[in-house]
Amino acid sequence: MSFKWYLTWLFKPLLFVVCLLPAVLLGYDAYTDALGANPIEEISHITGDWSLRFLLITLTVSPLAILFHARWLNRFRRMLGLFCFFYVCLHLANYVVLDQYFDWPEIYKDIIKRPYISVGFAAFVLLIPLAITSVDKLVELMGKPRWLKLHQLVFVCAVLGVLHYLWVVKADILEPGIYGFILIVLMLFRVWHRRSQANVKV
Amino acid sequence: MLIKIGKKSDLKESEVTPQSLFDQRRQFIKKAAGYSVAAATLSLPFSAMAALNLNPFQKENSSLSDELTARKHVVSYNNFYEFGTDKKDPAAHAGSLKTDPWSVTVAGECAKPGVYALEDLVKPHAFEERIYRLRCVEAWSMVIPWIGFPLADLIKQMQPTSKARYVEFTTLHDPQQMPGQKRSVLDWPYIEALRMDEAMNPLSLMAVGLYGEVLPNQNGAPLRLVLPWKYGFKSIKSIVKIRFSETQPRTTWNLSGPGEYGFYANVNPEVDHPRWSQSRERRIGEFRKRKTQMFNGYAEEVAHMYRGMNLKRNF
Repeated sequence: MSFKWYLTWLFKPLLFVVCLLPAVLLGYDAYTDALGANPIEEISHITGDWSLRFLLITLTVSPLAILFHARWLNRFRRMLGLFCFFYVCLHLANYVVLDQYFDWPEIYKDIIKRPYISVGFAAFVLLIPLAITSVDKLVELMGKPRWLKLHQLVFVCAVLGVLHYLWVVKADILEPGIYGFILIVLMLFRVWHRRSQANVKV
Repeated sequence: MLIKIGKKSDLKESEVTPQSLFDQRRQFIKKAAGYSVAAATLSLPFSAMAALNLNPFQKENSSLSDELTARKHVVSYNNFYEFGTDKKDPAAHAGSLKTDPWSVTVAGECAKPGVYALEDLVKPHAFEERIYRLRCVEAWSMVIPWIGFPLADLIKQMQPTSKARYVEFTTLHDPQQMPGQKRSVLDWPYIEALRMDEAMNPLSLMAVGLYGEVLPNQNGAPLRLVLPWKYGFKSIKSIVKIRFSETQPRTTWNLSGPGEYGFYANVNPEVDHPRWSQSRERRIGEFRKRKTQMFNGYAEEVAHMYRGMNLKRNF
């Protein structure tokens, strides 16, 4: 069997299961009442953490593919990106349903008045077109250059996501700082790579 | 049996204690008797715990059903950055704190400065149980049965001079015992302070226990403040120093975020934290949020101290 067969029928399903594990564990902990004194806050933290992690993991795929000359890695990128969107949706659903209990006026006020919620919500809205256009048919329909341009938005989402985290912590900025640092490294890599490509052409 | 001479400001038990709670009193005494035996066998620092003067105290607001927060939550969900910034950290890491022996330095504008062994400091005071609401600045809350004695009694014992306008409290600073202090998340040691009239208010409690037991380390053992009308961060834990001062001391969270954490930090649903709303809170153990009350429901006891003050400016 070819490498491509393994990729499609073994690695991808395996990755799918692994990516689902945090959600399964969360569900199990919720079911067994193991989320501590403030379960809604805990769900918010866990789903928020995994949203940011999957976003950064997604952005790590192409640098790895370039560095290790392993273009096949790019085949996992879409699934990882969609898992980021999945955890963002859980994060938002937890806020709307469990935390605010559909208190729409309060939610509206939060989005307008609270900068950390404003940027978090903006990141969610910007992720929607990216998730929708992840379908093969739509990539074809849009044409690859336009599709690539649209998907540059992911960097805006990542910056907003890190800000969302940074602006909610009280004093300990270590964790949002780590996410921010990784994001900067990933963006710098792309700048460096683009420059070196340009140099090759000259 | 301890005989207490009533003061005018004392609330009569019959006035403030709901019947249901009053009925539980005997049950509590039975339970507490068991606890004090345990305390003795473990040779915990408070032999005085055996002489608990139980006086269930609760200013009940009829619109609230203030059930006690489960003990397991009270001792596992804590903001005590000296042991880490996650709320599970204190329960996990506070084992390294040594509370016996413990001494408290009293300094500044008073007639009785000095270094006091904890036992000597608390010995003259009758312990009582007080059930207080605790409202965290992060918009969650609990209801906790504390054991302690009025801060006012301790202050009188130290005989502050006429120059003493503020009282400052300091938490232990020892990164070996408090691993969270190895990172400068806050400007250690943790310092909190009160205006003298706030400190003398009958609600201000020096706590040494909760749920009928000696304070667990993660809850601020062996000596902490409880100020139920202020956000939780004012209720400083593991106190090693008390200083009387003429000028307003600088306090830790106020230094960390002057625009977000004021000197007064009175619970106020009208004045939002710059980054989130303070109008509602989640009571631990409950699903829906509830409305936050002015001064956390203790307006009757404390509002007079802030009359004429702009509470939006003096947050």
